[in-house]
Order: sequence, then structure tokens, then C-alpha cells
Amino acid sequence: MAYSDKVVDHFNNPRNMGSFKKDEEGVGTGMVGAPECGDVMKLQIKVQNDTIVDAKFKTFGCGSAIASSSLATEWLKGKTIEEAQKIKNTDIVQELNLPPVKIHCSVLAEDAIKAALADYQKKADTK
Amino acid sequence: MKLPIFLDNHSTSPMDPRVLEAMLPYFIEKFGNAASRNHAFGWAAEEAVENARKQIAKLIKADSKEIVFTSGATESDNLAIKGVLEMYKEKGDHIITSSTEHRAVIDTAKALEAKGKATATYLPVDKFGMVNPEDVRKAITDKTVLISVMLANNEIGTINPVKEIGKIAKEKGILFHCDATQGVGKIPVDVQDMGIDLMSFSAHKIYGPKGVGALYVRKKNPRVRIAAQMDGGGHERGMRSGTLPVPLIVGFGKACELCEQELATESVRLAAMRDRLQAGIMKEIDEAYLNGHATQRLPHNLNISFAYVEGESLLMGMKDIALSSGSACTSATLEPSYVLRALGVGVELAHSSIRFGLGRFNTDEEIDYTIKKVIEIVTKLREMSPLYEMAKEGVDLKSVQWAAH
Repeated sequence: MAYSDKVVDHFNNPRNMGSFKKDEEGVGTGMVGAPECGDVMKLQIKVQNDTIVDAKFKTFGCGSAIASSSLATEWLKGKTIEEAQKIKNTDIVQELNLPPVKIHCSVLAEDAIKAALADYQKKADTK
Repeated sequence: MKLPIFLDNHSTSPMDPRVLEAMLPYFIEKFGNAASRNHAFGWAAEEAVENARKQIAKLIKADSKEIVFTSGATESDNLAIKGVLEMYKEKGDHIITSSTEHRAVIDTAKALEAKGKATATYLPVDKFGMVNPEDVRKAITDKTVLISVMLANNEIGTINPVKEIGKIAKEKGILFHCDATQGVGKIPVDVQDMGIDLMSFSAHKIYGPKGVGALYVRKKNPRVRIAAQMDGGGHERGMRSGTLPVPLIVGFGKACELCEQELATESVRLAAMRDRLQAGIMKEIDEAYLNGHATQRLPHNLNISFAYVEGESLLMGMKDIALSSGSACTSATLEPSYVLRALGVGVELAHSSIRFGLGRFNTDEEIDYTIKKVIEIVTKLREMSPLYEMAKEGVDLKSVQWAAH
């Protein structure tokens, strides 16, 4: 299977790879997937005044999974919480030219975004 | 050194130039049909085929009359299993095979079961991928007509105790088929000593052409009979109709002759290179696990799981090295390797496996390059892996509640 140039680019030069401290002020963490399924994504956002000022990811998975999460962090930065909620897996599929067998990678990335936002919200609410 | 490097010799192998040279006259100049008995074109083709038959038989210590040409090992497996089950159906319908066989054997047995033409036992293997001969003995019933166990596994290279299984088969009067596709030409094979009655193998795994294989069918002690699976001109003593692909057969013969002459030195050379590859990787990478048997394995095989990184991404990071992985993402079925699963390798480690298959034309320089690349990419992907991060923080990954999807 040939990969699209964009997938290869994200794979070779992942954007925003790394981690924030989970208990850091304004950080929301989403971890989705399972090792036995062959992919696990950890996506983190750092929020200030309702805006995502930074995002980071770590992914165990195929090239398309890595590219999907790398792209997600790029898109998240600068977005408000509300805008971030609107990122759809189909946008990722389109941007990265993912073939049908790799669509689940984009679904996972959307799930990771949602999970990170939910975690941030939960932490903000309990404060 | 030329890139990309081919380290996927279990899937196929490049042809040896000496094989191509032997084949060339049989396309244009000596193009006859080996079944044409009445003119020089046919005689020349027939002579070439019979010569190849001898070269092939010699490599496996058989008689040339025991070689039946097919299109490849998949057809040979089908012909052996379906042919025996059909021929001996009065005697019984039970076949014993193993859970790590090639799909050409497992799916053939399953197809026969689905049609109600056979019942099958799929024996488990130990954690090194080996079939226990005593399990074979215990699985035998009064309906068993065939035992089919592979010589060496295509993913992990584990070599089965074929001789012991052959002995049990003989003792019980049951036919023994062996898929030896990965072993012939790579390790010594002796159908007499191993007690094999039917054996599948092909040319393209041993530096010969694609599209031709053989089924060894024992002629005496016992004389094995199989029902043809293709109707036609009655070629190959009625067992496999169809005009013989003379150039391919000539190439197959030459490839076997070269293996016969060079096996002893080549296997030592490849094993040394493979051991160096293994040591070079293991020295630098922690939590890299060897899949298969440490010693009872093919000299050119190496299968390693790299914990916390996924196989397809490893392959993607080494795109100038041709390798294969047991990861679901690289398989047509989207399931991780059933062979590794049968060994009891965890699903997550099956996803993380890489198979290296060395061959005649690999060089030390290529191995050095591969060691360097593997270390680089595993290190890079582990830095990217949330699992590696958690493991380093002391989290027991097995205790985590994952949301399977």
C-alpha cells in the first residue's frame, strides 16, 4: 500500500510530539485505543482563557495513526474549545488522503480529541 | 551498496543469474511441448524436463519418477491433501495438521471440512512453534488418513521434528505430507530418512522462477496414490494434467542443483549473518523478543517483536529495507499473525513483530545498514509511543483498562 505524501511527511516529521504533565494547570489528556488493537493515542491540550494554546501527542500505531494524531495537534492549536469540538474524522481522512482500511485511524484521532476536551472540562468543573 | 535492500526472502527470492541462463534456450530455440513424442522439438523439451526432474529429486533424496510438477507449493498442498482424502475416502476422512501451517494447508483442510469431505485436527504448538510428535500420535484415530505437518515455518523459521512424526506415521500406516517450501534448499532434506510420503515445495523460494513447484509422491513403501484435481491430458502419470512449463522446470532444476552444491556453505554463511543481525539489534534495544526457536530454526530467519512499537510503522520507517511484519495493519485479514498467536505471543507483541528473511545475495554491508536502521527507528518510535512512556513510568500496561475498538 502506498502512503500519501502528507502521511509520510507527518510520519517523518511529527508535529508536537511529546507530553505535558497531566496535573498541570489547564491540561486535558485523552488516551484512546488499546495495545491489542494495534493502536493507542494519547492527545493532550493546554487551555488558557477557553483557547487551546498548545497540544501534544504520543501514538503507538501505524503510520496513518501517527499522522492522524500529529495533524490533530496542528489543527487544535489556536482553536477555542467550541471550535475544537467540531473537528471531524472525515476532515482528517480528506486532509491525509487515507484509504478505507485506515479510516479507523482518523476515528481514533477524533475520539482522542473528544477525550482530551472532556478531561479538560471535567478538571475545570471540579475546581 | 544499492537501496532498497531485500530482506524478505521468505516471501520470494531473486533468481540466480545462473538459473536464468539455463532457462533462456527453452523459450525461443527449444520451445517444444514435452508431451510431443514424435518430433525433435518434443524430444528436446522432454529431455530437459527429465534432467530437471533428476536435479530436483537429488536435492531431496528421491527418485526422479516421484516428482510431480505443479504451479507452486500452494497447488502442491492442495493436490496432496485433496488428492489423498479423495483417494482414500473408503479408509477414513480424518486429517491431522498443525495450527501454524501455511494457509495453503489450513485453508485446504478447512475447505474440505466445510464441504463435509473431511474432519481435521489442528494441533497446537509449543511456545517455540514446534509440534510435539506425541500430540500427533494421540490425535490419530481409526479414521485418520493423512498427517500434514510443515518442515519449517514461514514466519518464525521453527523446524519441526519431522523425522519423529514420519516414524509415527509409518508405524500407524498413515500417510505423511510435509509442506517443505521454506526448508528445501535451505536445510538438508531427505524424504527417506524423514519418512515423508508427500512433500510440497517450489522454485521461487530457492532462487528459481515463480510459477512452478513440485509435489513429491512416494512410489514405494508405500506406493502413494492421489486423485487428480484437474482433468485433462493425463500428464505427470495422471496426477496433474496440463502442459509442462519447460523453461520454468529447467530453472527449477538448475536452482535445486545449485542448492545441492552450495547448501552446506551457504547455510553456514547465512546463519552467521543472521546471528550478527540478531546480536547487533538485541545489544542496543531492550525488550526485543525473539519469536520462534533459538536453535531449531532456519539459518536465514529472524523474527523479533519490539515491545511498544507497531510493526507497520516500523516498516514505514525503514522503507529502503524490504521486510514483513505480523502486524494486523500489514495483513489482508486485519488480524495479527495467527502463527505468533499460536505460540502464545501476546496480541500486542504480535502487532510489533518484524520478520527478517536473509538470502543468497545479501551482503555484510547490508546487514550493518539494517542493524543501524532498526535501532534508529525503534528508538524514534518508542519516543513517540505512549505505551513506552507509561512502561518507563512504571505503569503495568496489563492493569490499564483499555477501551478496545
